[in-house]
This record gives sequence, C-alpha cells and structure tokens, in this order.
Amino acid sequence: MSTEHIQNAFQQRLDKGDFIEPKDDMPDGYRTHLIRQISQHAHSEVIGMQPEGNWITRAPSLRAKQILLAKIQDEGGHGLYLYSAAETLGITRSEMIQQLHSGKAKYSNIFNYPALTWADIGAIGWLVDGAAIVNQVSLQRTSFGPYSRAMVRICKEESFHQRQGYEIMAHMMNGTADQKEMAQDAMNRWWWPALMMFGPHDSDSPHSGDAFKWKIKRESNDELRQRFIDKTVQQAEVIGLTIPDPKLKWNEAKNHYDHGEINWNEFHEVIRGNGPCNKQRMEHHIKVHEAGAWVREAAEAYKKKRLNKESLVTI
Amino acid sequence: MSCLKALNKFNVYIMTQTEALYHYTLRLGDNSLISGHRLSEWCSRGPILEEDLALTNMALDHIGRAQAFLKYAGELSEKKQTEDDLAYKRGERQFLNNLITELPNQDFAFTIARQLIISCFEFYLYTELCNSNDPIVAGISEKAVKEVKYHLAHATDWTCRLGDGTELSHQKMQKALNDIWMFTGELFEMDETDQVLLKAGIAADMTLIKPLWYNHLKQVTTEAGLKLPEDAYMQSGSRKGIHTEYLGHILSEMQYLQRAYPTAQW
Repeated sequence: MSTEHIQNAFQQRLDKGDFIEPKDDMPDGYRTHLIRQISQHAHSEVIGMQPEGNWITRAPSLRAKQILLAKIQDEGGHGLYLYSAAETLGITRSEMIQQLHSGKAKYSNIFNYPALTWADIGAIGWLVDGAAIVNQVSLQRTSFGPYSRAMVRICKEESFHQRQGYEIMAHMMNGTADQKEMAQDAMNRWWWPALMMFGPHDSDSPHSGDAFKWKIKRESNDELRQRFIDKTVQQAEVIGLTIPDPKLKWNEAKNHYDHGEINWNEFHEVIRGNGPCNKQRMEHHIKVHEAGAWVREAAEAYKKKRLNKESLVTI
Repeated sequence: MSCLKALNKFNVYIMTQTEALYHYTLRLGDNSLISGHRLSEWCSRGPILEEDLALTNMALDHIGRAQAFLKYAGELSEKKQTEDDLAYKRGERQFLNNLITELPNQDFAFTIARQLIISCFEFYLYTELCNSNDPIVAGISEKAVKEVKYHLAHATDWTCRLGDGTELSHQKMQKALNDIWMFTGELFEMDETDQVLLKAGIAADMTLIKPLWYNHLKQVTTEAGLKLPEDAYMQSGSRKGIHTEYLGHILSEMQYLQRAYPTAQW
C-alpha cells in the first residue's frame, strides 16, 4: 500500500471515531506528535511534584499534610501512566528523561513559578489543577486509546485535587487577616500563569492543525481557556477572592466572561527558560536522577544475578 | 498530668496508668510522625519514580498513624489537646521519638537500612500490641500491622538488591547498617511507663520483641550478603526527651506556620 493509501485509511478510521491502538498502523507524524505531547504531559506531572513537595514538610496540620502527600502521589502516578502510554509508541522512559534533560522535551510552563506560601498550595490545586482538568476532560476523547484511557483515570483524581486546593483557599478566606492576604496574593500570582497553561491564542498555535485533523486535540486553546475562566470566576466570588484582571467582565451577548490581554511576552520568556524556576526545576531533576544512578544499576545487577541463578536451577 | 500525684509508702511518686498511657501513645505517635517526616522528604528525590511514590506512600501511612496515636494521647492529657496541638506546639524536649527516626535521610542505602530496622521492629511491636488490653491501642495497631508488612517487604527487597547488587551498592548498604547500628539499642529501652503498662497488659514487652527482631534482621541481611554489626555502645536519650540536633530543625520546619501564625486555624 502506498503512503497516501495508508494515510487515507488512517484518516477514515479517525473520521469514523475509532480509537487508534499501539499496534495499529499510524503515520509517523501522528506517532511523533503523540510522543511529544504525552511525554510533555508526563514530565509536567513529575516536575509538578517539586513545587508542591516544597510544602509537605511545612503543611500546617496533620490532615493537610496527608492530603498533600496523597495528592502528590497521584501526580507521580499520573506521570507513570503517561510514560507507559508513551512507551507503547516505541520510546523508552529513559529516552524521554534524556530528552527532558537535554531540553528537547518540555513540561508545562506553570511549574516554573515558585510555590511561596501555603496559600500557593491552595492556588495550585484549585487553579492549576482546575485548568489541567478542563484540558484533560477534553482529552478523554483523544484518538489514541492508551492516552484517552489514562485521561479518564487521571480526571477522576484531578477533580479531588481541585477540591483540595479550593478547600485550602476557602478556609484561608474564612481565617485571619494574614490568611486572607496570603490567599489573595496567591490568587494574584497564579491567575495569569494558569490562563497561559492553555497555550497561545488559536491564531498563534503552531501544533494545532495536525492535532485537530488527527483528533488528538478536540477543542481549541481559546475554547478551553474560556471554559476555565467562566467556571472559576464564580468560584472565586463565592469565597471572596478578587480576580486580578480589571477588564474581566460578564458579556451577556456572548454568555461568557471577557478578559484582559495575557502577557504573552512573559509566556514566551518562560518557555525560553527565563521563568523564575526553570533552572532550579531542571537542575533538581538532573541531580536526583544522577544521584540515583547507582541504585538503578544495583537493581539491574541484582536482577541479572537472580535470572542467572534461576537458569542454573533449571539446568 | 494529674495534680494528685500517687505516692508509695516511701513517698516516691508512682506514675498512674493514665499518665503512662499518655507517655506511651505520645512515644508511638512521635515515632510515626518523625519517621513520616523523614520519608516525606523523599518527595521528588527518589532514584526512580516508583520509589518516589513508594517512600511517600509509606510517609502517608506514618502520618496517619501519628494522627491516630496523638489524638488518643491528646484525649488522655490533662489539657485535652488535639493531635495538631501535640504535633505542632511542643518543643524538642517534649518529643519522645527514638533518635533513629530523626537522623537525616542521607542516601537511599541509609534510608533503606533505617526502614529495614524500623519496619522489622514495628512489625513485631504492633503484632504484639494487637493483643493490648487497651482497645484503642489494639485497634490502631491492627491497622499498623497491615501497613508495616508492606514497609518491611519493601525494605527487605531493597536490602537484597543493594546488598547483592553491585560492589558499590553493597558497600553503601553495609556502611549504612554500621552507621545506624548505635541507634538501635534505644528501640528496646523500657522505663516506668512500660512497667506500669506491662502490668496492665497494655504495652508490649520489649525483651520479647528484641530477639524476634534480631533474628529476622539476621536472616534478611544474610540473604543479602550483609553483616549485622556487633552490638557496641548504644545512643540513648529520647525517653527523657534528649535528642540529636536534627530534631530541632525538623520541628522548626514542620511547625513553622503554626508558630508564625498562632491564632490562625488551618
């Protein structure tokens, strides 16, 4: 079959609404796009453990500490499913980690911002996970089977995370003046980066064309961002937080909120590596990975010794 | 504790059973809390992602157990404190955790050596405490045994991998065991608290647990090609609230928000 034939047959399957499974034929571009997207998603889950992990030892109650520990474990677990989903496309986890370290693979820009106060743990859960859920709910219908199934499971856990974050914010807004100030400050610092998580405006989104054609992406960046804004503004109002956007206004005709312009210069600078924590996050990951090399080597050596012993017994 | 101190015929103060139980549950709670704290420090620092999750999962078990024991201790205390009051508002000299729990994590081998020693100790301790005459201690212990079985299996597997892995991992694991050994004696120390509760069938007899613990460790380390260190000088102090310098740093970090904003509820 010619390449064109294969591509047509593939497109017909997608248009019928079929899921693509790892052993199915697929165009190289589809495979490459998915490896890039799923590994970026996996790396985001893992790098995201750093800003939240920064507060485990300082969590202000035993209950809060347990919830945060459980949440971060979920994030690491999501990283594992996603690495596994990407591995079905013919790349290993260690290759993906090398690509992360070399800068070839990215992770979500949002984790290049620092978690400065306990309220940031609330803001991350509520706003960052809240934005991630909007994106991930849409990805539950993505065309690649393993990715779609990972999303279904991940979404269930993310909604718990969002509630956990919102609970922290609500609790602080009910607390002392210091706590209220801390909560509003976190809101001010995380709101705009959370909006940037959906990526550039549709008119400037470089990867969207193929992603729509291949039904990897089902809704546009701007559609998803708008959905997030519409649901979050009301949640903020309920607990008395102010959205740091003077241009935010309900638009009756559109049935949506209008919002001010996002600082795309900041967005691109953070992607270029100039965010407050880019260097710190990557150096930490590399340092830990290198420090653990002897453990991984020991586990491999032990496994080989066991296999040899077992094969001797069989003989 | 109680203002009406019980005195014997020589006018020497005798600890009441409630006081003893308060100290005992505080000791069990503090051990879980500080172990959990150290394990939680592995978050985003594991040698592989699976270990990051395993170690923080065990941290979660420990914090949960600390919460249960400290809640009970708080109910037994004269001031009726909450578990958070006890975790966040006591100073270094009021903590009763064993010194071994507060030592820094160092490398993965040290953490695994400590996990092996503590999980094995806790397995026999909580198995025994399932038979405690105090229903709350017995109940918490039943849950703990289920968790500790996994902790022990995890530490055993890694002790074998590191002990019988590469030359380097073997050296690191043996060094970790040697370095940590002087902190194991304290696990089995018994004081008046234990004596009062032993009589009431509430506490575990450490003299019975020690040989079980030792034989178990001997078996695992032999399988892993490692040597259990000979008993030599043993560190002591935690029963009297005398700790290593590390505990103060753990508490200053753990208690930071509660101390900085004393009127806030979290």
